[in-house]
Formats: sequence, structure tokens, C-alpha cells
Amino acid sequence: MKQMVLRLSTLNFDIEDGEHQMREMSESDGSTASNFASGLSVNNKDGDLIFSVSKDHRINVWFSHNGERLGTYEGHNGTVWTVSVDKNTEFLVSGSADNTLKLWSVKTGTCLYTWEFPTAIKRVQWSNDDTKILAVTEERMGYKGALRILDINKEQPTQQAAEPSIFFEPPGSKVTVAAFTANKNELVTAHESGKVAKFNYQDKTQTAANEDAHQDSIQDLQMSQDQTYFITSSKDKVSKLFDTNTLQVVKTFATDSPLNSASIAPGSPYIVLGGGQEAMDVTTTGARQGKFECRFWHKVFEEEVGRVKGHFGPINTIAVHPQGKAFASGGEDGYVRVHWFDDSYFRTKVYGDLEPELD
Amino acid sequence: MAEIDDYSDIYAKHAIQQPNELESIVVLDGMPVIGEDKQPKLYKALKKTLSTKAGVEVEDDQFYMPLVDGKGDGYIFLTLKNSTEATTLIKKLDNVPFDSKHTFQINKFSEIDSYLNASDSYNEPAIQPHKPKDHLRSWLGDAQGRDQFLTFQADEVLLNYNNRNNPPEVAQAKQNWTNSYISFSPQGTYIGTLHRQGVILHGGPDLNEVCRFAHPNVKLIDFSPKENYFVTWSNEPIVLPKPGTSTVCPFSQDDEGNSLAVWDVKTGELLRTFPTTPGKMPWPHLKWSGDEKFIGRLVPGQQISIYSVPDMNLVDKKSLKIPGVVDFDWRPWGDKDAVDSNKGNQRENMLAFWTPEVENQPARVTLMSFPSRQVLRSKNLFNVSNAKLSWQNQGDFLCVQVNRHTKTKKSMFCNLEIFRVRDKDYPVEVVELKDIVTFFAWEPRGERFAIIAQPDTSNAQNMAPGVVVKSSVSFYQLDKAKGDFRLLKTLDNKSVNTIHFNPRGRHVVLSTIGSQSKFDLELWDLDYGMDEKKEEIQQIGQVEFYGVTDIDWDPSGRFLAASASTWRHQLENGYAIWDIKGQELTKTTVEKFKQFLWRPRPKTLLPKDEQKKIRKNLRDYSRTFEDEDAAEESNVSAELLTQRKALVDKWNAWRKQCRQQAALAVEESAKSGDDDTTVEEWVEEIIEETEQVLP
Repeated sequence: MKQMVLRLSTLNFDIEDGEHQMREMSESDGSTASNFASGLSVNNKDGDLIFSVSKDHRINVWFSHNGERLGTYEGHNGTVWTVSVDKNTEFLVSGSADNTLKLWSVKTGTCLYTWEFPTAIKRVQWSNDDTKILAVTEERMGYKGALRILDINKEQPTQQAAEPSIFFEPPGSKVTVAAFTANKNELVTAHESGKVAKFNYQDKTQTAANEDAHQDSIQDLQMSQDQTYFITSSKDKVSKLFDTNTLQVVKTFATDSPLNSASIAPGSPYIVLGGGQEAMDVTTTGARQGKFECRFWHKVFEEEVGRVKGHFGPINTIAVHPQGKAFASGGEDGYVRVHWFDDSYFRTKVYGDLEPELD
Repeated sequence: MAEIDDYSDIYAKHAIQQPNELESIVVLDGMPVIGEDKQPKLYKALKKTLSTKAGVEVEDDQFYMPLVDGKGDGYIFLTLKNSTEATTLIKKLDNVPFDSKHTFQINKFSEIDSYLNASDSYNEPAIQPHKPKDHLRSWLGDAQGRDQFLTFQADEVLLNYNNRNNPPEVAQAKQNWTNSYISFSPQGTYIGTLHRQGVILHGGPDLNEVCRFAHPNVKLIDFSPKENYFVTWSNEPIVLPKPGTSTVCPFSQDDEGNSLAVWDVKTGELLRTFPTTPGKMPWPHLKWSGDEKFIGRLVPGQQISIYSVPDMNLVDKKSLKIPGVVDFDWRPWGDKDAVDSNKGNQRENMLAFWTPEVENQPARVTLMSFPSRQVLRSKNLFNVSNAKLSWQNQGDFLCVQVNRHTKTKKSMFCNLEIFRVRDKDYPVEVVELKDIVTFFAWEPRGERFAIIAQPDTSNAQNMAPGVVVKSSVSFYQLDKAKGDFRLLKTLDNKSVNTIHFNPRGRHVVLSTIGSQSKFDLELWDLDYGMDEKKEEIQQIGQVEFYGVTDIDWDPSGRFLAASASTWRHQLENGYAIWDIKGQELTKTTVEKFKQFLWRPRPKTLLPKDEQKKIRKNLRDYSRTFEDEDAAEESNVSAELLTQRKALVDKWNAWRKQCRQQAALAVEESAKSGDDDTTVEEWVEEIIEETEQVLP
């Protein structure tokens, strides 16, 4: 491990140092300054756009290659927690603390349809065939955390069914994150108790569960590109890779700080973890102790290979370029940082010729 | 309803335990033998004596004198209000004369009662079969001669072997082993753990319990230099358990109220207890002479009481009365003393103490031999505000750091008074400085010392706020020809506050402890270029350790460890080990990391000439070790490679299986064909996957 870190210092991750201080740009537009990035979505095909959402009620879309802002989507009246874009970059869905779920036209920035639910929407995701969306709602005010599947009418986007096609409340601990799998009618859920489970959403039945996946609340769950495995990150400072089929732990990455987000980097044997001391404790310590770095771990050897510094608040979300060319991190400090990997990142073999097959 | 009225079981459960009534009854023995007629007169006299001498007020009806043939038999029962009153009465009046002919012999009735119950026949105690004991120094038998270190994090204690090229190897792991901290004995034989009930010493290959000492709520422990004895301290005075309870208590009535205890390590027996004086207590409070024959206890301002060990009697039945004495310390026991002692011409123990200025009398540092109590050397000092005694670890030199004030008392400066203890007439050299010395360290086994000095700023008024006073680090060496101490080098503009000398001498670490912003450790060599015959003081390395709270050299002086303990702060706790040049060997951050300790080693058993021989042929020896190291290194890397290869193979196999399953699922859904549109989408997915393989 020690040697790995030393070698990495020559590996220069800071490729173009594509650090774009996006907050300043938005300020020049006359918007409010409190812009805590709470979610990121990179459009699936090309990775040329980054959608960011924050506590300032607004969704921004940026060019990933230079950090310039392409536009905003305004209409939410609360923190926007989550955003997801379809494969053709036509439609955008967002979920907010104002209890609404909105469908947007990516191109024009107009809100096409608004659903209203009893509690905040914490997670949205397009299905693989872009016909449905999944929404996870918060457990609050007597309402249990719920999962909803909404069928999207792409032909007439402003004419949507007001009621979800599927609604169910998974029993037990609250769902924090959920994602579609490659199998029909199946989704995986991650829970506040640290459990991960699989559900058939047609039958509303739990098909598999791993109760002790984590010791604390799971903050993020991201699928691998072929959806055969996924990565979780938890407040218990551990990130894990799971086999989607069996829900068995494949790899474990134990760090020293609570983790908010984890992402699998395609085209390289690494995963990217982000987190840091919880926002409420940040003021009591300096940036040094906050552990606000993005950490790169080797996904097979379970060893940390490098860190990328820059944020001065906890990292809320991480997204990797669909072709693994860059990664973006959004922090409580209000910055989205984009780093493009340089050639040495792909060429350098930290472990010599021993490398796993890449996805 | 009958069964509801029957509450006897509840009564029995909640019945208040009546204190043993016999506890409050005492037997006054040795009383005059009198008739019934004189009883009131005797009672009157007794009442007066009890009231005046013991402060216990009693009435006539509390006495009971059994009469035989109308006469008493020389004893009286006295029923007191409670057992505490009985205890005070015994304490105050037992063996105290009542009148010219009679003396009180007082016992609690319960005691007499317990003797009555004693069996008359003698039962021979069973002889315990002999149990072989663990080898307490087994760790020294390590084939590679590695040193051990102990780490304490959260509730887990690990004893590790320090590997030069590999991560530490855990030799023993213990959970919930101690209630507060852990301490090694000075030669590493025992590990002491503190518990609510007392101290447990562990040793041997499995760290089994060797001995335990029942001192409730013990807070501090201290071993004697040869680890034969052991001192414990608790902030709570010793309280005897209530009679009748079954707890084993090594203390007797004499120990009640004391808070320091001296124990014999081998037998586990209590030797003696002492009270502590209220107020600030320096630790170790009891100081051992180098040969462990005496233990000294300072009563500040009055005297030093020295007790012989192990009988713990005050030597010559009198303390050293030294009005005003502030501090004292024994001369440590050097290697030379051990050799002399083996030859049978051991030098007398020596102690140094100092007294401050009082009216017209100057302050004074005195060297005294003990037990002859002969003053060997004393030196008068003027304008002294404070002094500190520092012995070199071999007992060759004593440095007295004297903080002096100018006549106006406006500023302070420091003099170092250095006694050369092994030379005739104990010559004293003075090093005069303009600054105050904040840190002083002797080179172990050497003739050099290092100081950190900074100008006195306590009275400076024109100091800009926020300005940090820079210190200087200076090295001095004894000039044998002249007999004085010569300045070797001064490093200016430093912000360090501690110096750690290598236990083998020559190397030092300068560090800043307790700072948020400075956390680098500077490694200096005092004999840099010694082989080329041009010695100079040179920095050879610099390392960083955030939030460092403790720095320790390993006993061999080859490795340096720094740790950040959660007892001081909660930021990035953990430890790191470097080699002498600052090459990092291991670094770990562990939550709730508490303590890092190198296991001390006993002194070498090799005589001087053998050591010389080894030093001479060091090259030949080191060659074999280097070969071993190289072999081990390649071994380990080969092992690591195979392990990684296995991981990669396992991963690849799993990925292959995943892909097959995914393909199968696609096929199946295509076959079932219940939804045409979705099938098309699936095909698109596969194309995307094949695209991925190309970059």
C-alpha cells in the first residue's frame, strides 16, 4: 500500500486540471451563491454534458470539456436532490425537497410535466429502455419511504399519467437509494440500516436480501455499465462491490471517513470514492482533517492508489465519464470539480502487468 | 386471599441487613479487679477517660461488668452506638495506660468471637504442585532479533514485531485488556495493565498474567529500575473492606487512608504504604536509588525520608532534615557501576538536592552520599528563581538548570551548573546563557547535551501580538583537556520544543509537539561524516507526522516512531515508524489510537571486549544479514505476486460468469418475446458493450 501511494505521486492524475470554479460563473449570472452540489448526472452516451443539482433549487447543465454553463432548469422550490437524463439526452427528470418530480426538455429547458408526492424525492433514475422512471421518496410526516415507477409518454411529453404505474413501500428500514437492474421488473434497493435488497416491482416482493451489507446508512449505489455488479458507499466508511445476481459482497474498500458517493470508472481497474466528515461537523475542523479528497482504489486488490484533493467540504456526489475519460465531483462547498484523466492515468500500471480484464 | 396476604418472601428480599451488632461492642481488658460496690466509681473514671482521651461519650448503662462471686474479672463490656465509634476507641485507647497500674487492652467483641470459632486442630496446608512458569523474556529469543512494540487502539491491544522491510507482524492481540493505560517495566519483562481492582502484570510468550496487585482504583504505576519492585498510586485513600466480606485485601489497619503502595514484583506482596501530601504530586513520587536498595520520599520544604528495601524501614530511623528542600534525585546506575558492583567495589549511592534562597541564605545544590550521609559537594547560587536537576543516564554528570533573575527581577536568564560526578572533588562547570532554557537533554552514554533556548518574554511589553518567539537549539560537548563544556553548534530560528536523543547517542530528533501548524520531525546526526574523520552536525532527514503527540526511539536506536494519541486530540490518530534517515517504514491512521510503546530491552550480557570484537567485525556480520534481508524481500514480493495473481484470476473468472449469465438472460427474454420494443433495446445494449472493449 505504502509503495503504491508513492508510485502514484508520479502518476499525475491532474490531467488538464479541469477544475472549473462553477460557482463563480453562476454568481456572475446574478444567482444566489449558496450552491451546494447535491447530485450529478453525466449524460450517458457521450459524456459531454454534466447536470448538477443543488440546494439553490436549480438544475444546471455544463459542458464537461470546459466547464462552461449551457443552461439552467428553473422551477423547483426546494433543494433538488437528484437528477437523471435519458440515453439520447432528450429528457431530464429531477426530484426535489419541494415534493415534486419534474420532467424537463433538455434542449429547451422547459418543464414538461410535474408530479407531486407527499414527501421529498431523494432519487430518480431512467430505466434501461428509457420508458420508465424510478422515484424514491423520503420517509417523513407519517409517510413511509416509497418506491414509484412512472411510465413516461415520450410521444406527448406534456401528457403524462398522474399516478405511478407501480407504487409500493418496502417493509423495514427506509430505502435511501435504488436502481434498475438488467433483469426485467427488477430493482436493487439500499437501506438506511445498511441492508441491500432486490425487488420484483411487478409483484412488489423482495427476491433477495443481504441484511448486513453495511453497518450504517448506505448513501449511494451505482451500477457497473453492464449492470452485473454495483458499488455502494456508506456512512460506515466502507464501500463495497456487490454481485447483482447474488447480492454477495465481491470486494470491500475500507476507508477512514464516512462515504457519500462511489463510482466505478470504466476502462480502468479503479473505483472512485468520495465523502468526508459530515457537514455538521465540518466547521469544527480544518480541511486537512475533513478528508474531502476523492480517493481512487484498485477494485480487485482493494488498495488505495491515489487521492485527488481540491474540495474544502464533504463530497456529496461523484460521477465518472461514461467512457472513463474524466470524473466529476460535487461538494458541499458549492463546487463541481471536473478532472480529465491524462494518458499516464491509462498507461501507468501501478501493479505491473497484473491487471484484471476491463469492462 | 391467604396467599396474597403472605408477603414474607418480599419482606425477606427487601430486609435491611442489620449491621453486625457485635461490631459495636468492645471488650475493655486489663481493668482493675473490683467488687460491685466500687462499680459506679470505676464507671465514672472510665467515662471521664473515654471522653477526654477518645472523645467518646458513654452512659453507665452502656457498661456491663460480669460479676463472679460478687467481683469483676478485670474486663468490662462496653456497648457503643456504632462500629465506627468502636474503631476510634480502639485506635485512640488500645495499649494506653488507664491509671498507674492498669493499661487498656481493647478488642472488638466480634474479633474475640472470631477467635472462639477457630478450630483447635491444626490442618496441614496442601502443598500446591509445581507449575512451570512462562519464560518471561521469550521475545528476546526471536530468530531475527526483532524488537517489539505495543499499540493500543479503542479496546484492542496489539503486541507487534517490528519488521524492517515488511509491515509489522502481530504477535499477540488482546481485547479489553486495561482500564486506562499500559506500561512496560524498564527492562521489558512485564506489561502492567490498570484495572478498577488493581494492577495486573503480564509476561511470557502468551502474555499471561504473572502477578496481580489489589490496589483499588489505581491511577499511576511505576517500576523500580531493576523491575523487582513496583509502586502504585490511587487518588482515593485506601479503605479496608467491611469485616465479614470475602474480598482479599492486602492492606491492614495501618494502611488505611494511605494512597501509595510499594510491592514486591516476584512475590506479589505488599511491602509498605505511604500517604501522599495534598496538592500537586510529581510522578514518580517515590524515587528509587540506582541499585534499588533504597527508596526516597520527599516532603517538600522539610525532609527527604529514605527507606531501605525490601524491609521498608526508615534508614537509621531518621529522615534527612533539609529545611526548604524543593527536589531531589538519585544518581542513576550506569554500566560502570554494574561492573564495579560485580567486582565488589560498589560506590555508595549518591543523591542530589537543592534548596532555594531564604532571606540571607543563598540557594544551594548539594551532592550527598548515602547511607553515610556525607556531603560530597555543594554549591551556592544567587538570584535563583527555579532549578531543575538532570542526571545523565549513566550517572556521569549532573546538570542543574538554574533559572536566574537579574537584580531588578525584570528578566530571566539561565545558567547550567554541570557536576562531573566521576571526577575527583566533583568539579562544577558553569555554562552561562542569556536566554532561558526550555528543554534540556543529555546524550545517553555520551558527553554531549542539547538545549532549546529562547529569550525571556514573560515581561516583554513591546511584543507584537501573534508573534511566535523563535528558539535556538544548541549542542555542547565536554572538552576533556580543559574540563569544560564547549558549544558545538547552534541552530537558530527554530520553532521546535522537544529533543529526543537516540538511546545509542549520536542522533537526535527535533520536533514540535502540541502544535496545530508545525508537525515536522528533523533528524540530525551529531557525528556526520565520522568515517571520513570530519565530524560535523548535519541534518540527515525530515519527516512529517500530523498532530504528533509522542516520539520514541526503539531500544536499538535504529527506528523512530511517532504517534498521535486520542488522549490528546481526536485528529488523525495513529502512528508511523521511520528508519534513522527518515525513510518511512509504516504509517497507520487508526481511529481511537491511544498508545504506542516500544518494548524495552534488558542490558546486554556481553562483556565489553566481546562487544568490541563485534564492532570490529561488523562488516562480516552485516553481510550475512543483508543476504538474509534480500532473500526475505524477494520471498515476500513473490508471495505478494502470487496472491495478486490469484485475485486477478478470481475476478476474471467471476466477470466471465457474469457476462455469460447476462447473455443468457438476454437470449431468454428474446425467446419469450412478450414485448417487441424491449427486445430491440436489449440488442442496443450489447453493441454498446462491445464498443467498450476497444479503448
